[in-house]
Amino acid sequence: MSAGEYLLQQILNAVSIGSLYALMAIGLSMVFGILRLINFAHGDLIMVGSYTTLLLLLGGTPFVWASLAGIAASTVAGLLMERFAYRPIRGAPDVAMLLTSFAVTIFLENLAIILFKATSRAFPVPALLNTVVSFGNLQIASLNIISILFTIILLFLLTLFVTNTETGISMRAASQDLVAARLMGINVNRVIAAAFAIGSFMAGVVGILWSAKVGKVDPLMGFSPVLKAFVASVIGGLGSIPSAVLGGYILGALEILLQGLLPANIAPFRDALVFLILILLLLFRPNGILGSAEKEKI
Amino acid sequence: MLQLLQVHTKYGQVEALSGISLEVRGSSLVALLGANGAGKTTTLMSISGILKPSSGKILFQNKDLTQLDTRKIVDLGIIQCPEGRRIFGNLSVKENLRMGAIRRKDKRHLDQAFARVFEIFPLLKDRISQAGATLSGGEQQMLAMGRALMAEPQLLLLDEPSLGLAPIIVDTIFEVIQRLKREGVTILLVEQNAHLALEIADYAYVLEKGRIVLEGSGASLRSNPDVERSYLSEVPEENL
Repeated sequence: MSAGEYLLQQILNAVSIGSLYALMAIGLSMVFGILRLINFAHGDLIMVGSYTTLLLLLGGTPFVWASLAGIAASTVAGLLMERFAYRPIRGAPDVAMLLTSFAVTIFLENLAIILFKATSRAFPVPALLNTVVSFGNLQIASLNIISILFTIILLFLLTLFVTNTETGISMRAASQDLVAARLMGINVNRVIAAAFAIGSFMAGVVGILWSAKVGKVDPLMGFSPVLKAFVASVIGGLGSIPSAVLGGYILGALEILLQGLLPANIAPFRDALVFLILILLLLFRPNGILGSAEKEKI
Repeated sequence: MLQLLQVHTKYGQVEALSGISLEVRGSSLVALLGANGAGKTTTLMSISGILKPSSGKILFQNKDLTQLDTRKIVDLGIIQCPEGRRIFGNLSVKENLRMGAIRRKDKRHLDQAFARVFEIFPLLKDRISQAGATLSGGEQQMLAMGRALMAEPQLLLLDEPSLGLAPIIVDTIFEVIQRLKREGVTILLVEQNAHLALEIADYAYVLEKGRIVLEGSGASLRSNPDVERSYLSEVPEENL
């Protein structure tokens, strides 16, 4: 394999993992933009979707249907979370909302442990997601191609939604100034529910791609992705969709780059280095790369 | 048209309004004056349903607003143009205006509403696809007012429309306010610039620490020595 091919291979790896981070970060960021809530339970939506898919697969449902049901389960779980955990405490201090998100996480993870045992289970990856496509010397995992394709489609649809539909524009308005949005008569409940639904839908998609990537599911599987998504959205600048996407891809590139550059004995500390870079970035750009200093709100 | 009866509103733990009663008659322009922290914005936010009064009544065409959601209050035709403009900076001028009309059911007439706003503020038309944040302060105030007008308000609540603007822009804004009044829009105007406000107001109330301490016609308050001393001697710096 030539140097150019190696580089291309690594870029594809970076874009593919970055895509998953971006999709997760969008969900976190949209909700944060409107509610100032960092929803750490967002990761558990991955788990909900993946287990739903797994159980249906074990029951003999074809992969496509099982995945769609898994994505639907994530979406419904996200909506329920909003309705029953976050809506009742809306307007409470940010810390109260953050703690509630921890409570939701603990609840969902322990529920999963009771229902499915704490051990991980193999996720049967269908051939479609488990092959390697060769272009000359280049070997590309079909999962990477599919992750990238799905992300492009979802980002395209999301862009159409937030620029062309009334609910989408309202969502951007609400994330800018919730009180002003209310003064216009924007239905804030609907906008917030829509933000949760979209973010949870994307978490459902990530759940399936993630499970296919690691080949297993477990009750705590959402922890690492949500942490990565959090880092990604902070890198980009919390609260907006473009920053979340940018942050996702930067984080993906950073990880692949470090993995390629670091000597074998340091490689296990890759994540620590990523966080170190994050800290350095925040020292110079406290609001992330695209973030601007926030104005005080009434 | 609008009546506040003994309205008490808390802002956090503090009582910001301690029993306010005022009246705005149809097609009139009423000014609400007072120093910073007197409760002017709290009054408007209570009318709009953003803050809920702890007691008292707010009647609009004899309907009590205090239990209503902001959306329903908007549906009744009470539109607020908030202090500090609060336009949506990441949204284009057109999107901002569209948000102003979000509760309108008759989307067919949306073009007419746009045309009317662009006729009042021709500048906005030139900036139609620009992001709100890129507009100058004066343009942002025009956008904020245009956004409120998109809903075709029956009662327009204007909070500090002259704040921080150059005198020439203030003149433009006040000409528009007078024009709206001529066209039959009822206006409740909160202003720090008492000179300007009293010149165009039919009636005015002076707020102090959450209470109304003085009221009267615009002309009578202008010649009132108390008002002169407390509110007219100090012209806000940005309007010098």
